Amino acid sequence: MTPTTRRLLLLAPFAAAAAGGVGFYAALDRQRRGVYNPRGVPSALIGQHAPDFTLPALEESGVEGFGAADLRTFTRPLLVNFWASWCVPCIIEHPQLMKLSREGVPVLGIAYKDKPSDSLQFIRRHGNPFRRLARDEPGRVAIDWGLYGVPETYLLDRQGIIRWRYAGPITDEVLAQDLRPLLQRYAA
Amino acid sequence: MKRFLLALALLAPLAAPAILVPGVAHATTNPADMLPDAALEQRARALGREIRCMVCQNQSIEDSEVALARDLRLVVRERITAGYTDAQVRDFLHARYGDFVLLRPPFTWSTAALWATPVVALLIGFSLILLSRRRSAQPAPPAPLTEEEKRRLAALDAETRDGTRA
Repeated sequence: MTPTTRRLLLLAPFAAAAAGGVGFYAALDRQRRGVYNPRGVPSALIGQHAPDFTLPALEESGVEGFGAADLRTFTRPLLVNFWASWCVPCIIEHPQLMKLSREGVPVLGIAYKDKPSDSLQFIRRHGNPFRRLARDEPGRVAIDWGLYGVPETYLLDRQGIIRWRYAGPITDEVLAQDLRPLLQRYAA
Repeated sequence: MKRFLLALALLAPLAAPAILVPGVAHATTNPADMLPDAALEQRARALGREIRCMVCQNQSIEDSEVALARDLRLVVRERITAGYTDAQVRDFLHARYGDFVLLRPPFTWSTAALWATPVVALLIGFSLILLSRRRSAQPAPPAPLTEEEKRRLAALDAETRDGTRA
Protein backbone atom coordinates (compact mmCIF):
# COMPACT_ATOMS: atom_id res chain seq x y z
CA MET A 1 0.00 0.00 0.00
CA THR A 2 1.54 3.28 -1.08
CA PRO A 3 1.51 6.24 1.35
CA THR A 4 -0.94 8.07 -0.93
CA THR A 5 -3.46 5.20 -0.87
CA ARG A 6 -3.11 4.94 2.89
CA ARG A 7 -3.72 8.68 3.30
CA LEU A 8 -6.74 8.52 1.01
CA LEU A 9 -8.16 5.55 2.94
CA LEU A 10 -7.67 7.48 6.18
CA LEU A 11 -9.52 10.48 4.75
CA ALA A 12 -12.42 8.46 3.32
CA PRO A 13 -14.43 8.13 6.58
CA PHE A 14 -14.01 11.84 7.29
CA ALA A 15 -15.18 12.71 3.79
CA ALA A 16 -18.21 10.43 4.19
CA ALA A 17 -19.05 12.03 7.56
CA ALA A 18 -18.68 15.52 6.10
CA ALA A 19 -20.97 14.67 3.17
CA GLY A 20 -23.54 13.29 5.62
CA GLY A 21 -23.29 16.47 7.68
CA VAL A 22 -23.89 18.68 4.67
CA GLY A 23 -26.91 16.55 3.72
CA PHE A 24 -28.40 16.69 7.22
CA TYR A 25 -27.83 20.43 7.42
CA ALA A 26 -29.63 20.99 4.11
CA ALA A 27 -32.57 18.79 5.15
CA LEU A 28 -32.91 20.46 8.57
CA ASP A 29 -32.63 23.93 7.09
CA ARG A 30 -35.34 23.21 4.52
CA GLN A 31 -37.46 21.73 7.28
CA ARG A 32 -36.99 24.85 9.43
CA ARG A 33 -38.05 27.10 6.56
CA GLY A 34 -41.11 24.91 6.06
CA VAL A 35 -40.35 23.95 2.45
CA TYR A 36 -39.57 20.31 3.20
CA ASN A 37 -41.70 17.89 5.16
CA PRO A 38 -39.90 14.59 5.86
CA ARG A 39 -43.22 12.90 6.63
CA GLY A 40 -44.87 14.36 3.56
CA VAL A 41 -46.44 11.88 1.20
CA PRO A 42 -47.40 12.73 -2.38
CA SER A 43 -51.16 12.80 -2.90
CA ALA A 44 -52.65 10.05 -5.07
CA LEU A 45 -55.29 12.52 -6.30
CA ILE A 46 -53.06 14.97 -8.20
CA GLY A 47 -54.43 15.49 -11.71
CA GLN A 48 -57.84 14.07 -10.79
CA HIS A 49 -61.21 15.64 -10.12
CA ALA A 50 -62.08 16.13 -6.47
CA PRO A 51 -63.96 13.15 -5.03
CA ASP A 52 -67.73 13.35 -4.96
CA PHE A 53 -69.19 14.59 -1.67
CA THR A 54 -71.68 16.92 -0.01
CA LEU A 55 -71.14 18.20 3.50
CA PRO A 56 -73.33 20.15 5.89
CA ALA A 57 -72.56 23.77 6.71
CA LEU A 58 -71.24 24.92 10.04
CA GLU A 59 -74.34 26.62 11.37
CA GLU A 60 -74.06 30.19 12.63
CA SER A 61 -70.76 30.64 10.76
CA GLY A 62 -72.56 32.89 8.28
CA VAL A 63 -71.32 30.97 5.21
CA GLU A 64 -72.75 28.01 3.31
CA GLY A 65 -71.51 24.45 3.26
CA PHE A 66 -70.48 22.88 -0.04
CA GLY A 67 -70.11 19.75 -2.13
CA ALA A 68 -68.05 18.56 -5.07
CA ALA A 69 -70.37 20.30 -7.58
CA ASP A 70 -69.72 23.70 -5.99
CA LEU A 71 -65.99 23.39 -6.65
CA ARG A 72 -66.56 24.05 -10.37
CA THR A 73 -68.49 27.28 -9.86
CA PHE A 74 -65.47 29.51 -9.20
CA THR A 75 -63.76 31.56 -11.90
CA ARG A 76 -60.29 31.21 -10.38
CA PRO A 77 -58.22 28.49 -8.69
CA LEU A 78 -59.34 27.74 -5.17
CA LEU A 79 -58.09 26.16 -1.98
CA VAL A 80 -59.77 23.45 0.05
CA ASN A 81 -58.40 23.55 3.58
CA PHE A 82 -59.01 20.79 6.12
CA TRP A 83 -58.60 22.11 9.66
CA ALA A 84 -59.76 21.65 13.24
CA SER A 85 -59.99 23.78 16.36
CA TRP A 86 -57.89 21.19 18.25
CA CYS A 87 -55.09 21.46 15.69
CA VAL A 88 -52.19 23.65 16.82
CA PRO A 89 -50.48 24.07 13.39
CA CYS A 90 -53.84 25.35 12.13
CA ILE A 91 -53.32 28.43 14.30
CA ILE A 92 -49.89 28.92 12.69
CA GLU A 93 -51.30 28.88 9.16
CA HIS A 94 -54.42 30.91 9.93
CA PRO A 95 -52.91 34.38 9.22
CA GLN A 96 -51.79 33.17 5.77
CA LEU A 97 -55.32 31.92 5.00
CA MET A 98 -56.72 35.29 6.13
CA LYS A 99 -54.25 37.07 3.83
CA LEU A 100 -55.22 34.91 0.83
CA SER A 101 -58.88 35.41 1.56
CA ARG A 102 -58.47 39.21 1.68
CA GLU A 103 -56.74 39.01 -1.72
CA GLY A 104 -59.82 37.33 -3.14
CA VAL A 105 -58.57 33.74 -3.34
CA PRO A 106 -61.54 31.44 -2.64
CA VAL A 107 -60.59 29.46 0.47
CA LEU A 108 -63.06 26.68 1.27
CA GLY A 109 -62.84 25.15 4.71
CA ILE A 110 -63.72 21.70 5.98
CA ALA A 111 -63.71 21.28 9.77
CA TYR A 112 -62.35 17.78 10.38
CA LYS A 113 -63.49 15.72 13.39
CA ASP A 114 -64.36 18.86 15.27
CA LYS A 115 -67.33 19.76 17.46
CA PRO A 116 -69.35 22.51 15.70
CA SER A 117 -69.25 24.71 18.80
CA ASP A 118 -65.44 24.43 18.95
CA SER A 119 -65.07 25.25 15.23
CA LEU A 120 -67.29 28.29 15.71
CA GLN A 121 -65.28 29.48 18.67
CA PHE A 122 -62.07 29.14 16.64
CA ILE A 123 -63.24 31.32 13.73
CA ARG A 124 -64.78 33.84 16.11
CA ARG A 125 -61.48 34.21 17.90
CA HIS A 126 -59.12 34.12 14.89
CA GLY A 127 -61.36 35.36 12.08
CA ASN A 128 -63.09 33.50 9.25
CA PRO A 129 -61.03 33.19 6.05
CA PHE A 130 -63.48 30.71 4.52
CA ARG A 131 -65.81 31.59 1.66
CA ARG A 132 -67.62 28.29 2.31
CA LEU A 133 -67.35 26.24 5.46
CA ALA A 134 -68.45 22.63 5.75
CA ARG A 135 -67.93 20.09 8.49
CA ASP A 136 -66.81 16.49 8.32
CA GLU A 137 -67.29 15.27 11.86
CA PRO A 138 -67.07 11.52 11.04
CA GLY A 139 -64.00 12.17 8.87
CA ARG A 140 -65.23 9.95 6.03
CA VAL A 141 -65.11 12.55 3.24
CA ALA A 142 -61.55 13.27 4.35
CA ILE A 143 -60.61 9.64 3.63
CA ASP A 144 -61.91 10.05 0.07
CA TRP A 145 -59.49 12.97 -0.29
CA GLY A 146 -56.61 10.85 1.04
CA LEU A 147 -56.25 13.11 4.07
CA TYR A 148 -53.95 11.86 6.82
CA GLY A 149 -53.75 14.82 9.17
CA VAL A 150 -54.71 18.45 9.68
CA PRO A 151 -54.05 20.99 8.38
CA GLU A 152 -54.00 19.81 4.79
CA THR A 153 -54.57 22.10 1.83
CA TYR A 154 -55.54 21.25 -1.74
CA LEU A 155 -55.24 23.57 -4.74
CA LEU A 156 -57.89 23.04 -7.41
CA ASP A 157 -57.81 24.64 -10.84
CA ARG A 158 -60.87 26.19 -12.50
CA GLN A 159 -61.96 22.82 -13.85
CA GLY A 160 -62.02 21.40 -10.33
CA ILE A 161 -58.91 19.25 -10.86
CA ILE A 162 -56.60 18.79 -7.87
CA ARG A 163 -53.20 20.28 -8.76
CA TRP A 164 -51.33 20.41 -5.47
CA ARG A 165 -51.65 19.13 -1.92
CA TYR A 166 -49.75 20.37 1.11
CA ALA A 167 -49.78 18.39 4.36
CA GLY A 168 -48.89 20.76 7.17
CA PRO A 169 -49.32 24.45 7.93
CA ILE A 170 -49.12 26.95 5.07
CA THR A 171 -46.29 29.09 6.40
CA ASP A 172 -45.17 32.37 4.80
CA GLU A 173 -42.39 30.42 3.04
CA VAL A 174 -44.77 27.81 1.63
CA LEU A 175 -47.05 30.62 0.52
CA ALA A 176 -44.27 32.52 -1.24
CA GLN A 177 -42.32 29.62 -2.71
CA ASP A 178 -45.02 27.12 -3.62
CA LEU A 179 -48.55 28.42 -3.41
CA ARG A 180 -48.31 31.88 -5.02
CA PRO A 181 -46.53 30.63 -8.19
CA LEU A 182 -49.12 27.85 -8.49
CA LEU A 183 -52.06 30.22 -8.02
CA GLN A 184 -50.61 32.34 -10.80
CA ARG A 185 -49.98 29.37 -13.10
CA TYR A 186 -53.52 28.06 -12.81
CA ALA A 187 -55.17 31.51 -12.94
CA ALA A 188 -55.12 31.45 -16.76
CA MET B 1 -18.33 -24.19 -2.59
CA LYS B 2 -19.76 -26.57 -0.01
CA ARG B 3 -19.25 -23.98 2.72
CA PHE B 4 -20.85 -21.36 0.49
CA LEU B 5 -24.01 -23.49 0.15
CA LEU B 6 -24.00 -24.17 3.87
CA ALA B 7 -23.95 -20.42 4.53
CA LEU B 8 -26.90 -19.96 2.18
CA ALA B 9 -28.81 -22.73 3.95
CA LEU B 10 -28.15 -21.05 7.31
CA LEU B 11 -29.28 -17.66 6.01
CA ALA B 12 -32.51 -18.93 4.48
CA PRO B 13 -34.54 -19.20 7.73
CA LEU B 14 -33.71 -15.55 8.47
CA ALA B 15 -35.57 -14.47 5.35
CA ALA B 16 -38.42 -16.97 5.65
CA PRO B 17 -40.42 -15.54 8.60
CA ALA B 18 -40.86 -12.23 6.79
CA ILE B 19 -42.58 -14.06 3.95
CA LEU B 20 -44.52 -16.79 5.74
CA VAL B 21 -45.70 -15.37 9.08
CA PRO B 22 -47.76 -12.18 8.72
CA GLY B 23 -47.06 -11.09 12.29
CA VAL B 24 -48.54 -12.17 15.59
CA ALA B 25 -52.12 -11.09 16.12
CA HIS B 26 -52.23 -8.27 18.65
CA ALA B 27 -54.80 -6.05 16.97
CA THR B 28 -55.92 -2.94 18.78
CA THR B 29 -59.42 -3.38 17.36
CA ASN B 30 -62.09 -2.51 19.87
CA PRO B 31 -64.26 -5.62 20.40
CA ALA B 32 -67.29 -3.49 19.48
CA ASP B 33 -65.72 -2.73 16.07
CA MET B 34 -65.05 -6.40 15.30
CA LEU B 35 -67.18 -8.20 12.76
CA PRO B 36 -69.53 -10.83 14.25
CA ASP B 37 -68.52 -13.28 11.50
CA ALA B 38 -65.15 -14.71 12.60
CA ALA B 39 -64.08 -15.57 9.05
CA LEU B 40 -64.76 -12.04 7.78
CA GLU B 41 -63.02 -10.54 10.83
CA GLN B 42 -60.02 -12.76 10.07
CA ARG B 43 -59.95 -11.48 6.49
CA ALA B 44 -60.25 -7.88 7.67
CA ARG B 45 -57.32 -8.35 10.06
CA ALA B 46 -55.09 -10.00 7.48
CA LEU B 47 -55.87 -7.19 5.05
CA GLY B 48 -55.45 -4.47 7.68
CA ARG B 49 -51.99 -5.73 8.53
CA GLU B 50 -50.92 -4.88 4.98
CA ILE B 51 -52.26 -1.32 5.17
CA ARG B 52 -49.96 1.36 6.51
CA CYS B 53 -51.16 3.76 9.17
CA MET B 54 -50.47 7.07 7.38
CA VAL B 55 -50.02 8.90 10.70
CA CYS B 56 -47.51 6.68 12.48
CA GLN B 57 -46.10 5.43 9.17
CA ASN B 58 -44.30 2.36 10.53
CA GLN B 59 -47.32 0.51 11.87
CA SER B 60 -50.20 -1.17 10.12
CA ILE B 61 -53.73 0.11 10.73
CA GLU B 62 -54.36 -3.04 12.78
CA ASP B 63 -51.53 -2.10 15.16
CA SER B 64 -52.20 1.61 15.54
CA GLU B 65 -54.28 3.46 18.14
CA VAL B 66 -54.58 6.59 15.99
CA ALA B 67 -58.11 7.79 15.11
CA LEU B 68 -57.46 7.65 11.36
CA ALA B 69 -56.28 4.03 11.69
CA ARG B 70 -59.52 3.15 13.43
CA ASP B 71 -61.51 4.87 10.67
CA LEU B 72 -59.61 2.87 8.07
CA ARG B 73 -60.17 -0.38 10.03
CA LEU B 74 -63.88 0.38 9.94
CA VAL B 75 -63.75 1.18 6.22
CA VAL B 76 -62.05 -2.18 5.58
CA ARG B 77 -64.68 -4.01 7.66
CA GLU B 78 -67.61 -2.21 6.03
CA ARG B 79 -66.38 -3.01 2.56
CA ILE B 80 -65.62 -6.65 3.38
CA THR B 81 -69.12 -6.99 4.84
CA ALA B 82 -70.55 -5.38 1.70
CA GLY B 83 -69.01 -8.23 -0.30
CA TYR B 84 -65.98 -6.58 -1.86
CA THR B 85 -62.93 -8.79 -2.45
CA ASP B 86 -59.63 -8.14 -0.66
CA ALA B 87 -58.17 -6.78 -3.90
CA GLN B 88 -61.08 -4.35 -4.31
CA VAL B 89 -60.70 -3.05 -0.75
CA ARG B 90 -56.96 -2.66 -1.27
CA ASP B 91 -57.58 -0.79 -4.55
CA PHE B 92 -60.07 1.49 -2.78
CA LEU B 93 -57.39 2.59 -0.30
CA HIS B 94 -54.64 2.66 -2.92
CA ALA B 95 -56.69 5.05 -5.08
CA ARG B 96 -56.92 7.50 -2.18
CA TYR B 97 -53.58 7.17 -0.42
CA GLY B 98 -51.24 5.95 -3.17
CA ASP B 99 -48.44 3.36 -3.03
CA PHE B 100 -47.42 4.53 0.43
CA VAL B 101 -50.51 3.04 2.09
CA LEU B 102 -49.52 -0.49 1.03
CA LEU B 103 -46.92 -1.97 3.37
CA ARG B 104 -46.03 -4.25 0.45
CA PRO B 105 -45.91 -1.73 -2.41
CA PRO B 106 -46.40 -2.92 -6.01
CA PHE B 107 -43.35 -3.38 -8.23
CA THR B 108 -43.25 -0.34 -10.51
CA TRP B 109 -40.46 1.83 -11.93
CA SER B 110 -40.68 4.18 -8.95
CA THR B 111 -40.43 1.31 -6.44
CA ALA B 112 -37.83 -0.72 -8.37
CA ALA B 113 -34.93 0.66 -6.29
CA LEU B 114 -36.80 -0.25 -3.10
CA TRP B 115 -37.36 -3.86 -4.16
CA ALA B 116 -33.96 -4.34 -5.79
CA THR B 117 -31.85 -3.01 -2.91
CA PRO B 118 -31.63 -6.29 -0.92
CA VAL B 119 -30.73 -8.26 -4.04
CA VAL B 120 -28.10 -5.73 -5.06
CA ALA B 121 -26.68 -5.67 -1.51
CA LEU B 122 -26.48 -9.50 -1.50
CA LEU B 123 -24.76 -9.53 -4.90
CA ILE B 124 -22.20 -6.96 -3.74
CA GLY B 125 -21.56 -8.98 -0.58
CA PHE B 126 -21.11 -12.26 -2.43
CA SER B 127 -18.82 -10.73 -5.02
CA LEU B 128 -16.68 -9.22 -2.24
CA ILE B 129 -16.43 -12.67 -0.60
CA LEU B 130 -15.51 -14.33 -3.90
CA LEU B 131 -12.95 -11.63 -4.65
CA SER B 132 -11.21 -11.92 -1.30
CA ARG B 133 -11.19 -15.74 -1.57
CA ARG B 134 -9.65 -15.72 -5.00
CA ARG B 135 -6.93 -13.44 -3.72
CA SER B 136 -6.10 -15.62 -0.68
CA ALA B 137 -6.48 -18.95 -2.57
CA GLN B 138 -3.35 -18.35 -4.67
CA PRO B 139 -0.44 -17.59 -2.33
CA ALA B 140 2.89 -16.92 -4.06
CA PRO B 141 4.79 -20.26 -4.59
CA PRO B 142 7.68 -20.57 -2.13
CA ALA B 143 11.15 -19.96 -3.46
CA PRO B 144 13.10 -23.16 -4.30
CA LEU B 145 15.55 -24.38 -1.63
CA THR B 146 19.14 -23.18 -1.84
CA GLU B 147 22.07 -25.64 -1.85
CA GLU B 148 22.80 -24.75 1.79
CA GLU B 149 19.18 -25.49 2.84
CA LYS B 150 19.17 -28.80 0.95
CA ARG B 151 22.29 -29.89 2.76
CA ARG B 152 20.79 -29.02 6.18
CA LEU B 153 17.59 -30.83 5.32
CA ALA B 154 19.50 -33.96 4.31
CA ALA B 155 21.47 -33.81 7.59
CA LEU B 156 18.28 -33.51 9.66
CA ASP B 157 16.70 -36.32 7.70
CA ALA B 158 19.67 -38.59 8.44
CA GLU B 159 19.58 -37.67 12.13
CA THR B 160 15.89 -38.63 12.49
CA ARG B 161 16.42 -41.91 10.69
CA ASP B 162 19.22 -42.77 13.14
CA GLY B 163 16.64 -42.75 15.84
CA THR B 164 18.50 -40.20 18.00
CA ARG B 165 15.44 -38.05 17.86
CA ALA B 166 11.98 -39.43 17.58
